[in-house]
Amino acid sequence: MKISKLKKNVVLKNGTIIDPFNNSEKKGDIHIENGKIKTVGKISAPKSSEIIDCKNLKITHGFFDLHVHFREPGGEDKEDLNSGSLAALAGGFTGVCTMPNTNPPIDSPESIRYIIDRSEECPINIFPIGAVTKSQKGKEITEMGAMINEGAIAFSDDGVPIGDAKVMQNALEYSSMFNIPIINHAEDECLKCDGVMHMGKVSTNLGLPSSPGITESNMVRRDLEIAVHAGARLHVPHVSSFRSVEHIKALKKKSEKISAEVTAHHLFFTDEDLVSYNTNLKVAPPIRSKKDKKALIEAVKSGAIDCIATDHAPHTIEEKEGTFDIAPFGMIGLESCFGAVNKVLTKDNKTSHLELIKLLTVNPRRIMRLNQDLFKEGTDAEIVIYDPSIEWKFSLENIYSKSHNSPYLGRELKGKIKSTIVKEHIASQF
Amino acid sequence: MKNTHLLGLKDYPREDIQTIIDTGFRFKEILDRPIKKVPSLQGKTIVNLFFENSTRTRISFELAQKRLSADTVNFSASTSSLKKGETFKDTVQNIEAMKIDAVVMRHPTPGSPLHLTKYIDAIVINAGDGTHEHPTQAILDMMSLHEKFGYLEGLKVGILGDISHSRVALSNIYGLQTMGAEVTLCGPSTLIPPFAEELGVKINYNVDEVIEWADALNVLRIQRERMKGGLLPSIREYRNLFGITKDRLSKHKKEIVIMHPGPMNRGVEIDSVIADSDQAIILDQVLNGVASRMAILYLLLGGKPEEESS
Repeated sequence: MKISKLKKNVVLKNGTIIDPFNNSEKKGDIHIENGKIKTVGKISAPKSSEIIDCKNLKITHGFFDLHVHFREPGGEDKEDLNSGSLAALAGGFTGVCTMPNTNPPIDSPESIRYIIDRSEECPINIFPIGAVTKSQKGKEITEMGAMINEGAIAFSDDGVPIGDAKVMQNALEYSSMFNIPIINHAEDECLKCDGVMHMGKVSTNLGLPSSPGITESNMVRRDLEIAVHAGARLHVPHVSSFRSVEHIKALKKKSEKISAEVTAHHLFFTDEDLVSYNTNLKVAPPIRSKKDKKALIEAVKSGAIDCIATDHAPHTIEEKEGTFDIAPFGMIGLESCFGAVNKVLTKDNKTSHLELIKLLTVNPRRIMRLNQDLFKEGTDAEIVIYDPSIEWKFSLENIYSKSHNSPYLGRELKGKIKSTIVKEHIASQF
Repeated sequence: MKNTHLLGLKDYPREDIQTIIDTGFRFKEILDRPIKKVPSLQGKTIVNLFFENSTRTRISFELAQKRLSADTVNFSASTSSLKKGETFKDTVQNIEAMKIDAVVMRHPTPGSPLHLTKYIDAIVINAGDGTHEHPTQAILDMMSLHEKFGYLEGLKVGILGDISHSRVALSNIYGLQTMGAEVTLCGPSTLIPPFAEELGVKINYNVDEVIEWADALNVLRIQRERMKGGLLPSIREYRNLFGITKDRLSKHKKEIVIMHPGPMNRGVEIDSVIADSDQAIILDQVLNGVASRMAILYLLLGGKPEEESS
């Protein structure tokens, strides 16, 4: 991947422009001047402009991932804000929200400020999510007001479920005055017990301790009920079970402040992929059955689930080469995301490119209340250029994360990122 | 043999299970001789890698190895450098670096024998991996059933007790089904895996019905820890509903064959009088364990089915 500064005038020529904000897909050019959108469509750029030929390629908004773990501070062996940003660029993401389960956790205005300051020098836009409770202990809520003032975009104790319903109620009621989303990692720890995978025929075959889909849906339902009651904004992360989808569908009718995400891996894999005990497929919540996967795909198509996230969760080789019971939960996902979801949704399940792109751009930005009209004149250019049809095999050389815990290694994906433009730079992989 | 290793009985070829059982019977004859030793595996080195306590399985393997004249090394987690923080990978690679031919491993983690094959070139035999499989136990169980009945095809076998936490149950299910036997699981619903029916077995919570149906009943150990986990209310409750007691068996006219993989909790899942009675083949299982493990080691370490007793 080559990263270089954009020239004063740049023209993206001969591509197909997908504008997910204005619901259009048509051939045209884009003129970027001083790193900002100048014109989209028919352009008249100065002769000295740098021309980037986008023949047979699609051009759209830079992707936005509202759920990543960049491990800084405290876990820099696995990832830091800069290496995570490179992984994002390779995957076409120009903005991410970082989860606060670092060491120490991001649970104060000072630590939010630290992430904001460190992000200045990173090549993508980073929006920190603050912890819901102090030290992510699930007891006392954090200074949300001060954290928002420093730049917190949402609140989550991700990695650790908020077990106490009263604490969840406090958090949702308190956050409602800021109209900012609470994101709860929904897995009932009593039901999860020592489960390391989805309960089903495969877990029975493998002899691994497992937890059923209700482990998640039970807590999702609780969270939804409280959110509706409190009139608060709730975002449900990494939905994995069909029952959760049913609850989200039902409660979305009662509140417009509910949103949900699905990860690329829950759309791509099923528990049958775990038969070789691949620890890179050990994630929380677990990869579930075919039935769950089918329900998730339908939910994405119907709009019950709003967006796609990666839950990019780097872990070292040393940790992941242990046995299945002791390996940590999580996989990286930024670099492989587009090729995976494009394959599952547009190739296997007939979603249009425009719909797919919305799941990666305007929808997550809407949830985080960010600008969604990225092709408007004067906007900082955040653009991704991709080849929608190339089929390729994901391999180590495609990984820019410090960690390599990807179950996509060796898998066929469809569609590849060619260039990502953000912060007046262009990152290209040709 | 189709497979290099013996990791589990899921999808294990029927012909190979049959070959092991047949070879096991021929080795059993050797165990009746005054000199109970053959030179079949002379010069082969086998490591018994036990990351979890075991008495009978380890002794059975060790005896099988000695009867075949293999050199054996025993390793158990409590005496090893694992306690000094060495990883699984380092331990097994170190052992393999010392040039060995096979590893017999018991480990508390499901899938660890498969994991082991990624790190070493030696032949791996699974001696029990957590709640996953215990293939050599299932083979000795099938050998014992074959010895008792003369056939496995169409045989009706009940497996009773804590199925969820039993590697013996899972390997028996796979093996018996491959050999054409019918399997019914019986036990408290909290100790039967929720997706067991998808394995192709029947489930019946009434042990008396299972006794009437089955030719043989494999009685599994009930661990007292299950009480703590809230999966069982009490031993008394278990005995009332599922215990293989003298009273219960005396109500049935037929005499069913009773098996137990050991170690037994006498007075819990099985009464002493039943365990020691003629209808139990528990000690035959133990002897067949040595013979079938000799067969497994012999066949996997390069012997041909016909040569062993010459």
